Amino acid sequence: MQTDLLQEARRQAQICNACRYCEGYCSVFPALHRERAFGDGDLTQLANLCHNCRGCYYACQYTAPHEFDLNLPQALAELRRDSWESYAWPQPAARAFHTHGVRIALLGVLGFAVLFLLIRVLGTGAGNGFYAALSHSAMVAIFLPAFLFPLISLAISLRRYWADVGGEGLRLSHVIGAFASAAKMKDLAAGHGEGCNFEDEDRFSQARRHIHQAIMYGFLLCFASTAVGTIMHYVFGLPAPYPLWSLPKLLGLPGGVLLTLGTIAMILLKRKSDRALGDEKAWGGDMAFIALLGFVAASGLALYALGATSVMPLILALHLGSVLSFFLLTPFSKMAHGFYRLAALIREEQKKRAAP
Amino acid sequence: MTEQYDIAVIGGGNAALCAAMTAAEAGARVLILETAPKPYRGGNSRHTRNFRCMHSGPLGPLVEDYGEEDYFADLMKVTDGKTDEHLARLAIRQSEQCLPWMQEHGVRFQPSLSGTLSLGRTNAFFMGGGKSLVNAYYRTADTLGVEVKYEAAVTHLELNGDRIEWVDFTHQGKTQRITPTAVIVASGGFQADTDWLTRAWGDPAKNFLIRGTPYNRGVVLADLLDQGVQSIGDPTQCHAVAIDGRAPKFDGGIVTRLDCVPFSIVVNKNAERFYDEGEDVWPKRYAIWGRLVAAQPDQVGYVIIDSKSLNLFMPSVFPPLKADTLEDLAQMMDLPGDKLAETVANFNAACGDTSGFHPTELDGVSTSGIKPPKTNWARPITEPPFYGYSLRTGVTFTYLGLKVDENAQCGTDKGPIRNLWAAGETMAGSILGQGYLAGFGMTIGTVFGRIAGREAADYAN
Repeated sequence: MQTDLLQEARRQAQICNACRYCEGYCSVFPALHRERAFGDGDLTQLANLCHNCRGCYYACQYTAPHEFDLNLPQALAELRRDSWESYAWPQPAARAFHTHGVRIALLGVLGFAVLFLLIRVLGTGAGNGFYAALSHSAMVAIFLPAFLFPLISLAISLRRYWADVGGEGLRLSHVIGAFASAAKMKDLAAGHGEGCNFEDEDRFSQARRHIHQAIMYGFLLCFASTAVGTIMHYVFGLPAPYPLWSLPKLLGLPGGVLLTLGTIAMILLKRKSDRALGDEKAWGGDMAFIALLGFVAASGLALYALGATSVMPLILALHLGSVLSFFLLTPFSKMAHGFYRLAALIREEQKKRAAP
Repeated sequence: MTEQYDIAVIGGGNAALCAAMTAAEAGARVLILETAPKPYRGGNSRHTRNFRCMHSGPLGPLVEDYGEEDYFADLMKVTDGKTDEHLARLAIRQSEQCLPWMQEHGVRFQPSLSGTLSLGRTNAFFMGGGKSLVNAYYRTADTLGVEVKYEAAVTHLELNGDRIEWVDFTHQGKTQRITPTAVIVASGGFQADTDWLTRAWGDPAKNFLIRGTPYNRGVVLADLLDQGVQSIGDPTQCHAVAIDGRAPKFDGGIVTRLDCVPFSIVVNKNAERFYDEGEDVWPKRYAIWGRLVAAQPDQVGYVIIDSKSLNLFMPSVFPPLKADTLEDLAQMMDLPGDKLAETVANFNAACGDTSGFHPTELDGVSTSGIKPPKTNWARPITEPPFYGYSLRTGVTFTYLGLKVDENAQCGTDKGPIRNLWAAGETMAGSILGQGYLAGFGMTIGTVFGRIAGREAADYAN
């Protein structure tokens, strides 16, 4: 990891530790105040606990032009990205995405879409519905490795993270505590539950928290829909397409709508925020990730709406291209943050319980 | 300047905002003139953290109860009786209704957490500290139609008989004059004007650090006193504490405090001890040490501890100097090495049985046979590495201010000034003659800010 980022985060953490006015805002400060000196692993853990709600920045008496020049949300955001990059496997992929995200996402979607169209032209599609456009076995042959690779990659990264932050053996209570916090996105609510300071300087607002929840739950519903479809296909011999009143559709449709609207709202909201309070270098990669996620959802919805028309094969190719890109990029894009956050929250539960 | 305001509020901190919001809610057209640029708005309120509040049962974040007599007794203890009882009791009594009012106007409180648990009954802590309170008040003031000008430095209030005729200020490079119906002064003390401080205290004041805003230069205070407005408070006195000697000249705020003195020995630049470091717990002694350090050559003290005491106090904003021998530490601190070694040796020899050492209470572990003694927490300085901090005098606020009555109204020898009120630090001397009680400054600011806002709006209407 980059020593200058660690050094800057350490300098700021020491000032925060002598002040403690922000201790009520989020998980970062009680965790910070538990330490006296900050090792690299401590700082990495703090960086991944931080949800960039910015409450501490606007409350801080030491922000520029004060000579202490505190900007903890920025320092931790930069350190956070650096930690993800350094834990990523294979590593160059992560370094590339955060800085060249838009191009990589676009190329991925288009490249894979062309690939899917080619497979179709070369022609194995003898099934029904979508499988007429791309055979089921071709889909599985492509998506199974594309699903397994990110899981393996993330597992390697999280192990490295866990070792660096001194993580201990997991207990159910730690995991439950972390999931409870993540489910409510408590750390985007400030201690008083009124949200974060994001789109309008120091005004507290739930906008970011609620939009983020729409995205997270939308994604989880879509994921559940896919999982249910897989089970219906393999266990019950019920292949797609599914009717409206079926579990995959009942999960996937609201999920897709939440995810589409959530990502659009997030992009608009982020544009109103002050870039200097986050990681400016990751701006492009973050936006590309949100757009990609939104495109996955929107193209999925379009596929449902236009599935019976002649544009279906083209939309299917674009949809599958975006899904494939999304999966392959998961360990190297902002998507990884969800996994690191959970790991950090679990570690925080462990430390909280171990504290005197 | 053609705009007409009912009320001009001079200053942009807690008291000014409480006055402005109260007046605006009563229908007045209010203008705030804040000298500081927007990032530094809020004066010393930016550095505050809590509000001392009377309550007859659990209230907001406050536990148990804290009655008027308890509160007043706490105040009398720290001021040694130099307190205006009538105004003090007024502030105390009204503090209880202030807390819900503060919440209604955007302030959020939090339960007392690390290191402040002992204040859970008496002081309500602002979530995020004073700057978040200031931010919330500016938001609320804005929705109430209060206008704010930043970097608007008031230079003169024209007093004619019993009336303020006009207000002059500079803003965006131009001198402007407004003629508001009423004026509220809430622009703090004069501690950031080092020349004034030096005239009052003497040359040592040049070496003092100012813990708060550099914008409290007392321009309006001096202007009004020159025109015969009644003053109160000892003009030569200020509240000062001992802080980290490496703190910035201005605005170091809370982080520059050092809590290590009770576990140390403190020497002057000649490497001589000069006071009992273990006289009492630090919160009861830091103000005394501000004066003690001010009386030493070059107004500086040096704290020496050894490794066994390093983790007994709150972390400091800057890491301490560290050396394996006392000689090396002396060199790093520019102290005479032989003399420091001798002082430490004498101190160590005077230490006795340390088995009763207890860092958080008066443990009676004391020296014998040296002057000055150390009467608690006296353990020999023996275990390397050794650590050192420098100490300087940090000024919190000044006592000289505008004398007000129970309506926060200012006056001259001839009687009240019809349209001039004052609130906050600038009139706190009317209540606090000396000393300080944690969170009481915000109580005075909130209570008298609201009174001033109400009275000024009444007059303007």
